[in-house]
Amino acid sequence: MSIFEYNGSAVVAMVGKNCFAIASDRRLGVQLQTIATDFQKIYRIHDKLFLGLSGLGTDAQTLYQRLVYQHKLYQLREERDMKPETFASLVSARLYEKRFGPYFCQPVIAGLSDEDKPFICTMDSIGAKELAKDFVVSGTASESLYGACEAMFKPDMEPEELFETISQALLSSVDRDCLSGWGGHVYVVTPTEVKERILKGRMD
Amino acid sequence: MGLFLNSPPLSLSRFCLLTLLFFVVFLSPSGKLVQIEHALTAVGSGQTSLGIKAANGVVIATEKKLPSILVDETSVQKIQSLTPNIGVVYSGMGPDFRVLVRKSRKQAEQYHRLYKEPIPVTQLVRETAAVMQEFTQSGGVRPFGVSLLVAGFDDNGPQLYQVDPSGSYFSWKASAMGKNVSNAKTFLEKRYTDDMELDDAVHTAILTLKEGFEGQISGKNIEIGIIGTDKKFRVLTPAEIDDYLAEVE
Repeated sequence: MSIFEYNGSAVVAMVGKNCFAIASDRRLGVQLQTIATDFQKIYRIHDKLFLGLSGLGTDAQTLYQRLVYQHKLYQLREERDMKPETFASLVSARLYEKRFGPYFCQPVIAGLSDEDKPFICTMDSIGAKELAKDFVVSGTASESLYGACEAMFKPDMEPEELFETISQALLSSVDRDCLSGWGGHVYVVTPTEVKERILKGRMD
Repeated sequence: MGLFLNSPPLSLSRFCLLTLLFFVVFLSPSGKLVQIEHALTAVGSGQTSLGIKAANGVVIATEKKLPSILVDETSVQKIQSLTPNIGVVYSGMGPDFRVLVRKSRKQAEQYHRLYKEPIPVTQLVRETAAVMQEFTQSGGVRPFGVSLLVAGFDDNGPQLYQVDPSGSYFSWKASAMGKNVSNAKTFLEKRYTDDMELDDAVHTAILTLKEGFEGQISGKNIEIGIIGTDKKFRVLTPAEIDDYLAEVE
């Protein structure tokens, strides 16, 4: 069994009209035994930039701490927040640094640029970027997420519809995956506000 | 100041000292770093360089006086580009300048490799200034005998910076250094306006150089580098400079 599937996870991000949404499940397990049902897999880097980390929980937290540290130094040095594209390059570089002993994580990066253009991307555990215009998925539920997103996604959705779509896609996907689930955590980000919602799903 | 230490014979000491030859830099009783004063003197006696920030770009220019008419003037390039959108010129010691250019280019490249975006002008200037500061404090080295004028254009618009041997740096609307600094700066103060266009700035740069120039100015004995809204820094060819010279007259 792969170490990527040890804790179980599902992360997805979608692009809407001048906005984006990023969502994850809330389960932390040890193989089939559930340990926690309120586990954070989505991290805020700044108000318009979010990072979802699927894979091994411990590595996700360590990687997050390193990235926050680097982003804080960048903010002090350059007196500005990082652009999503720039942050993606940073994550990619930091992952490839550990090419032969990687963090067992598959990151999802979602953000709004200075012109409020949404940006989403994902990469593998050694930093190979995959950019997308519509949606990106990662985690143990990624296969079912692909199907759900492909069926439900429409371009240029408004924030409310986007929330509905990403939530339905997430909940229906995790029901088909033993290792992820136990509710969801959704962020919908527009140029003016960040809406954070906790979803209840099949809590078993 | 140089000090020479002799080690005791190797057989006598378990912690044998290496024989060292090193420079020691002191703060003088007045609180000044004499070495930096010397470096500034080197800059002050160097050839004149100047820079002007226009509304839509930056121009940097310098005299290129060669020791003999036998020198092939095409082999001397006093203005260098650090990245496609940042250029630099110096007053002071040529060889020291090349070392700084090499270090700055490497810094710019490392930034690009990490973030996949061009290094902002302020960041490159800060890194270069940090190197220059380090050489005022490290053992076995001396400060750089150059001041730099860095011209760049990025998301924050056109920018002109001066970096001194001490490692201090300033952002200027227009500045000059080397021989004739005070004359050149006075001239620039009279001529400078905030709404100046790049072409006007080139003309002003030429006129300022002309002020303190000994002999006939031509495309072969000055250098001009410009960067405009296309964000591409380039050094003008002697032919282009001659065209500008004709416009000035």
